[in-house]
Amino acid sequence: MTETLDTPLDHAPEAGAGLQRRTVTLRIRRFNPEAGDTEPSWHDYPVEVLPTDRILDALNKIKWEQDGTLTYRRSCAHGICGSDAMRINGRNRLACKTLIKDLNMDAAITVEAIKGLPLEKDLIVDMEPFFQAYRDINPFLITESHEPTRERLQSQHDRDRFDDTTKCILCAACTTACPVFWTDGQYFGPAAIVGAHRFIFDSRDEGASQRLDILNDREGVWRCRTTFNCTEACPRGIQITQAIQEVKRALISRRV
Amino acid sequence: MPQVHKYDVIIVGAGGAGMRAALESSKRVRTAVLTKLYPTRSHTGAAQGGMCAALANVEEDNWEWHTFDTIKGGDYLVDQDAAEIMAKEAIDAVLDLEKMGLPFSRTPEGRIDQRRFGGHTRNHGEAAVRRACYAADRTGHMILQTLYQQCIKRSVEFYNEFYVLDLLMNGGEVAGVVAYELSTGELHVFQAKSVVFATGGFGRVFKTTSNALSLTGDGMGVVWRRGLPLEDMEFYQFHPTGLAGLGILLTEGARGEGGILRNNEGERFMERYAPTIKDLAPRDMVSRAIYTEVRQGRGCGPNQEYVVLDLTHIPAEQLEAKLPDITEFSRTYLGIDPTTEPVPVYPTAHYAMGGIPTDIDARALRDNQEVVRGLYAAGEAACVSVHGANRLGTNSLLDINVFGRRAGLAAADYAATAHFVDLPDNPEGDVRMLVDRLLNGTGGERTGAIRAELQQSMDDHASVYRTDTTLKQAEVDLAELKRRYHDVTVQDKGKRYNTDVLEAVELGFLLDLAEVLVVSARARNESRGGHFREDYPQRDDVNFMRHTMAYRELDSEGNEAIRLDYKPVTVTRYQPMERKY
Ligand SMILES: Cc1cc2nc3c(=O)[nH]c(=O)nc-3n(C[C@H](O)[C@H](O)[C@H](O)COP(=O)(O)OP(=O)(O)OC[C@H]3O[C@@H](n4cnc5c(N)ncnc54)[C@H](O)[C@@H]3O)c2cc1C
Ligand code: SF4
Ligand code: FES
Repeated sequence: MTETLDTPLDHAPEAGAGLQRRTVTLRIRRFNPEAGDTEPSWHDYPVEVLPTDRILDALNKIKWEQDGTLTYRRSCAHGICGSDAMRINGRNRLACKTLIKDLNMDAAITVEAIKGLPLEKDLIVDMEPFFQAYRDINPFLITESHEPTRERLQSQHDRDRFDDTTKCILCAACTTACPVFWTDGQYFGPAAIVGAHRFIFDSRDEGASQRLDILNDREGVWRCRTTFNCTEACPRGIQITQAIQEVKRALISRRV
Repeated sequence: MPQVHKYDVIIVGAGGAGMRAALESSKRVRTAVLTKLYPTRSHTGAAQGGMCAALANVEEDNWEWHTFDTIKGGDYLVDQDAAEIMAKEAIDAVLDLEKMGLPFSRTPEGRIDQRRFGGHTRNHGEAAVRRACYAADRTGHMILQTLYQQCIKRSVEFYNEFYVLDLLMNGGEVAGVVAYELSTGELHVFQAKSVVFATGGFGRVFKTTSNALSLTGDGMGVVWRRGLPLEDMEFYQFHPTGLAGLGILLTEGARGEGGILRNNEGERFMERYAPTIKDLAPRDMVSRAIYTEVRQGRGCGPNQEYVVLDLTHIPAEQLEAKLPDITEFSRTYLGIDPTTEPVPVYPTAHYAMGGIPTDIDARALRDNQEVVRGLYAAGEAACVSVHGANRLGTNSLLDINVFGRRAGLAAADYAATAHFVDLPDNPEGDVRMLVDRLLNGTGGERTGAIRAELQQSMDDHASVYRTDTTLKQAEVDLAELKRRYHDVTVQDKGKRYNTDVLEAVELGFLLDLAEVLVVSARARNESRGGHFREDYPQRDDVNFMRHTMAYRELDSEGNEAIRLDYKPVTVTRYQPMERKY
């Protein structure tokens, strides 16, 4: 993770060469009910960056040097902890995985909280409903048969079958990009289905039928209208729509 | 008035160590986990390369070789009884995770696959051995997810986004903790019989680091301020291969898969420093080798300030299968495709070998012998010491599982029979004062500016190479920064999600811990593992084969001072030898 206070990437190798430090404008949708805001409003922040900086670097720079009240979540700063999903230029992404050079630097870059979860302050939403949906699909290995003394065996092929969905970092970029979720907060949402897929297609798991029952519910997989927003939003490159289709097929055939 | 809660066991931190402890403790007694991050945001999730255990799934191996490697890797500052326990329990620790559902990478026979890692060898140093169990380069992610999933299964109670800022003691025994709730700014008092600190490391004292922005050493800082010791804080590990200029880690697993470090002449320079295991030498040696290459003008790039990690000879499919994430990091953050171009790398501050001293049951110590009744620590926040002067790769994911489990068991056992200790008067008073002082500060100093100067000074004066002069300079810088810290003014005066005030609190911990590190380092006039003194380049077993124990004391005028003491190393079967690879 870089430090971005004064000299971000000051030892940057060739990758940054030829890209000059410059000023960009972040247009941030801010909201603080404690200060009496009833509606969020947009505020512009000019900030000096290297084009290879991340949006998170720019937010940190604003918070640390201009306005300490700017509020957002972050931790790892390299796309692995899932803290900083936000809407950047109208698309859900991780602030720490979005480089400024990949956006239009001549226009204001818009940054706002993800949609569909209760807005708490600036870029922070209440994540509880999101995690609740995840917990609801029983996201843990369920086994009934006798436990071996050593490891359970699993072929490389069987391991590969669910590899894609093990990558999820629960960032909520997918679920909060889903139009069905925006209009119906009860819908489990893609992330929870990804979590279920990870176990349904794990050859060691024996809980498929109870998980499929849960997902067969009114608010389950059948609400998905295959708009692909989730897949486009996923910072881990998970083929979410495909995973949802596989769960639907498993429900029809009741075989995994 | 704060809200008061009562639990048998409070676990602070929901990384690998905290959640592993919670799984044991919550089965037995009433347990809650307090964590400043949502559990799955913890930095355990960033760990890439693997977790070692002598499973011998792919070649001959045994726990005794693992024990030896750990001790030698730690430059003989390892407590040998603890290392032996860890190496023995490693096998069940890995198998337990598999049974919980962890999706390990597999061998063609369907067993858990294993790869090579630095310093792990066959038969006491003959050759590198395949000991690290892994799930591509997402091992930590899988451990964190799997433990969280098990916590859901067992309905473990979490208080998410609660920052623990104080430890409550009464008559020398643990009474509970005080936490600040992020969403409301309210203080909560948790009365508990046992408290386990599993708060992770403090890499953010340095500028270039693989550690998350949240790794500010809060647990160590809290314990320190209560007058309890910190052990071996001068031993901080610099991982050789951070992405140059960024510090984002490229796992040692990349060298385990055959990656080669080269200088600007294209030379495989590690052959000169560690003829037998070359690029897979322990991290402290490789980091120093890189610094030396760069200092001697053999660095790469326009300013010759890094070396490169060459993976181009490894088939692209193998990279995508075994190292997909780091391949992507390099593409995303440096715009370099490792399959066709060598990746610029440079050492990055990575891991705290030191921390809260504990015994092998994770019980925290108040001095060289006595335990603090009710207090436990595990994971990177603790110092058992299984890592000594230098941790071997994959031994931390192991440590958090083995000693996380032991902490959970011991804390629950103690709580099952102990009584609650009365809360002290005005239990939240100190935290209230700390937060109010920051909220009402008018001195005009900015958290960000002080932190940046701290990190720069630590990189310049207390990193891979140190001398008395540089460390003295760090002391001077720190004294000045601490003075300025008193004048910090936060801009956010609110109660809801006030990350401004919390960053200021975290900076306070960083300043304290940096000072302990520097003072401990300055007193250690030798070079051992991760602590290298150019003015004392040899290891000195006569005077320094002992752990540093630092204490915070107040002098007669109420000024803070650091007192250093030492603790013998536990030696069982291995006498110190010169460390050659
Ligand atoms: C990039 C990277 C790669 C690594 N790769 C490997 C590897 O391959 N193999 C290996 O063995 N090791 C590896 N390590 C080291 C290893 O991952 C860590 O040392 C280990 O995961 C630490 O686990 P932990 O549970 O102690 O702490 P963490 O996982 O850091 O968790 C700390 C927890 O404490 C909580 N916390 C902190 N402060 C407070 C507070 N004030 N109040 C409440 N809660 C608090 C946080 O919310 C968090 O839940 C790697 C480290 C890094 C940085
Ligand atoms: S599936 Fe992708 S977008 Fe959705 S929560 Fe997981 S990582 Fe985030
Ligand atoms: S800060 Fe961790 S994913 Fe962005």
